[in-house]
Formats: sequence, structure tokens, C-alpha cells
Amino acid sequence: MKKDEVPQDLGALGKLTKEVCYATDEQGKYTTALSNGWEVKTNALDVTWENIQHKVEAAKAKVLNNEASPILFFMEKNIMDINILSSYTGFFKWQIKRHLKPAVFNKLSPKKINKYAEVFNVTVDELKSMEAYGQ
Amino acid sequence: MASNFHHAQSAHCESGVTRNLLQNIGVKQITEPLVFGMGAGLFFIYIPLLKISGGPALAFRSVPGIIFKRTCHSLGIKIIRKKFSSKEKAKEELDKKLSEGMAIGCQVGVYYLPYFPKEYRFHFNAHNIVVFGKEDGKYLISDPIMEYPTTMTDYELERVRFAKGALAPRGQIYYTLATEPVTEERIKRAIIKGIKLNVFHMLKIPGAFAGVKGIAFLGKRIKNWRDKLGTEKAGLYLAQVVRMQEEIGTGGGGFRYMYGAFLQEAYNYFQHDELMKLSEEFTKAGDLWRTAAVQASGIYKGRLGSQQDYNIMGDYLAEISVIEKLAFTKLAAVNKQLK
Repeated sequence: MKKDEVPQDLGALGKLTKEVCYATDEQGKYTTALSNGWEVKTNALDVTWENIQHKVEAAKAKVLNNEASPILFFMEKNIMDINILSSYTGFFKWQIKRHLKPAVFNKLSPKKINKYAEVFNVTVDELKSMEAYGQ
Repeated sequence: MASNFHHAQSAHCESGVTRNLLQNIGVKQITEPLVFGMGAGLFFIYIPLLKISGGPALAFRSVPGIIFKRTCHSLGIKIIRKKFSSKEKAKEELDKKLSEGMAIGCQVGVYYLPYFPKEYRFHFNAHNIVVFGKEDGKYLISDPIMEYPTTMTDYELERVRFAKGALAPRGQIYYTLATEPVTEERIKRAIIKGIKLNVFHMLKIPGAFAGVKGIAFLGKRIKNWRDKLGTEKAGLYLAQVVRMQEEIGTGGGGFRYMYGAFLQEAYNYFQHDELMKLSEEFTKAGDLWRTAAVQASGIYKGRLGSQQDYNIMGDYLAEISVIEKLAFTKLAAVNKQLK
């Protein structure tokens, strides 16, 4: 890539900081240049976030339908999967799978509920009443 | 506080952190491309059965920490690296080293990095920063992705040092011990060693998944994605490939350019003309990675979508594989002549 071809498509990161790129000058010698971002990358991020948004909405619908506990909603919202949630909460994966069932969730001990609320960085009330949390 | 610590921005976090830590102990002649080359930073692996966040599992880099380790080792610089099971002990040790005026490398997760834009926050745990002091109760942070140093509170730093999930940093810190001046001879040997190892990574790892063979293999698989996954999921997969490839200075094009820069700097040490020519071949490979990314984006943005478009994408990777195989084969021969 030549130095004057370094893309300058302002993206999310570009608003905060420029990226260093290695590019060649007129003599073909490598030097560094700053980039504001590249549309191709921004689009890849956008597509990924749209997909996350879909998953969050699908999770919300499931919770409202009483097919899943609010943990599913917050898990998707925090871009976690059961593996990641398991390591943050310290619960086993099979426990989390149980907690995703509304009936089990409703009977969870305050200690366990607190753990989830802490990991998702919300209050216990917000955790239970997903609606109050917006989105 | 390590008052003489100089923050410099870099294209890739680990090579940047390594360079900045080396500068801090007085090894001034080592640039980011030299670190990247000595540390054999170019890598590729695609594991077809494994999924990362529901998409294809591929990596353009080796395990975190290895570039730092290799570079320092080759230069004869002693390093210390520690992981912690206790958050308190992790903080204690860091504070102690900072109070001695040292600058300390930390592996962190990016999901909770307070100064990162929301769009970039994924559960990615192999990011590297330097902590170089504490002022007014806040840690002074040099993140090589950022133009300027920043700060984090105790809580913020603890959260990113103890991020969970794949490649969890477990509070890992690493730093260099003071060293004798690094001689030109030592640098030359480190360059030769780095090239040799990178040739091995890209050409010699057995199996079809790693190195230049892995790139061609991914290309072949991509041609099947449209039929196998449907257009929506195939688009998401391609977006993931591009994110892994071009995200904040890691991966495809960016890494090839950095390797090209490394070969030019290697030329300054050896005056072997072939190094300059090979640098151009890596530039060519980098350009083609970017062309492939543009093609992929056409697909995930919905501008392209026929089987022919997927075939073109796959063929780009096949072509890259051929170019890089040739470049590394030539480089291996040149490396044997370097003295």
C-alpha cells in the first residue's frame, strides 16, 4: 500500500484515535502513516453489531414469552456465551443452562441472583424486570 | 513513576508494547517492524471445526506474549512474566514494581477497556498495554493503539486484567530486566533467527490448516459457504474473517506491510539486495489481502452475492497463498546467505 492510498474513512475508532499503518513512500521505502479508518472494516463491524442486535431482540422476545429467563437477554446483550458467562460467574455450564429456564430462575437464591446482577453490572430489580432496562 | 517512559503508537499491540518496553530500558535501536520480524509475528491458522463467537475460527497471530518473549530472548534480555490467581496479589505486585520506577506490560481483555469505543469492545483477551506509573490514584496507561497515554482507575484496571473467557489474562504482567547494551551482531543474529522461525510457521507446520496451506484451505472453504450456510450467515462469516484480518492493525494486509518494513530494515543490517526485492513481494501480498477484504465486504454489504463472487474471494486467498509461499521460500534461501 502506498502512503497516499492509506484509507481515511472516518470510523468509530477514528473519532477517538488514528491508527498507525505501514505504507511505502514515493521511493518504495516503508514509513508509517495515520489512518482515520477504512470503510471495509467499519462495514464488517456494522454487520457484526446488527447480528448482535438481532440476537438481543430475539432473546428479549423469548423472555417475554416465558421461554427463557432474563439471563439469556443479558447474556446476549453482553455478547457472552455460556462459556464466558460461566467463567465470569463461577457457575458450571450446566447450572447456567438450568438458570436460563424461567421456572428455575424464579426460584434462584438471592446469592445467585446477586452474582448474575454483579456480572451484568445491573441491579437485581433491573435483572428481573428486563423491561425496566429498556433496549 | 517511570518518568522517562516514552509512549509511542504502533500498528500492532504486542510489537508496540515490546518496542516501548525496550526503549524504556535503553535499547533504542529496536523499531516495531524489527520486533515483529524477530518475534516471527506472521502466522496463520484456520481450524474448520472450531467456532469463535459463532463464526469461523482463524488467527493471524501466534499466542499472546510470544513475540515479546522471542524478541527479548533473541536479544539476550532477561524477562519476568507472572500470572496471578489473586486480584489483591496482582495489584500489590504491580504497585510495587511501579513504585520502583518500572514500566510494566500487561495482558488485558478489551471488553471493559473504558477508553475503547463501544463498537470495538468484544471479549477479546489478548490485548497488550504498558502501565508506567500512578498519579492521583490513577494508573498511567500506554496503550499502543492510542495516540496518547491514558489512565485507568484501580477497579477499571483490575477488571481488564482479570477478564474471563478464552485466553484469559489472569492478571498477567511482564517486564524486562536491565540489560547490557545490545550489539549490532546480536541484532543481526536475532533477525536471522526470527526469519527462520517465520519461514517454519508459514511453510513447514504439518497439516492443511496452518501457514500458507491454511490460507489456501480457507479460500477453498469460502467457495462452499454460500451453499452451505446461506447468504446471511455466509456474510457474517466473511465479516468475521475481515474483522480478524484487518482489525486494529492485526492480521492480513497490515501484517504483510509490517513484514515488508521489517525486511527493509533488515537490509540496513545486511545490505543483501534480495531483502529489498522480497519486501516488495510482501507488499504485493498485503495489497491482495486488502483487495480480498474489499471483495468480502461487497458480499456482506449485499452488493455482491452470486456464487461467482464467492469463487473470486476464494481465488484471492489461493493467489495470496501462492505469493506468500514463493516469498517465504526465497526468503529461506536468502536467510541462509545472511551473515
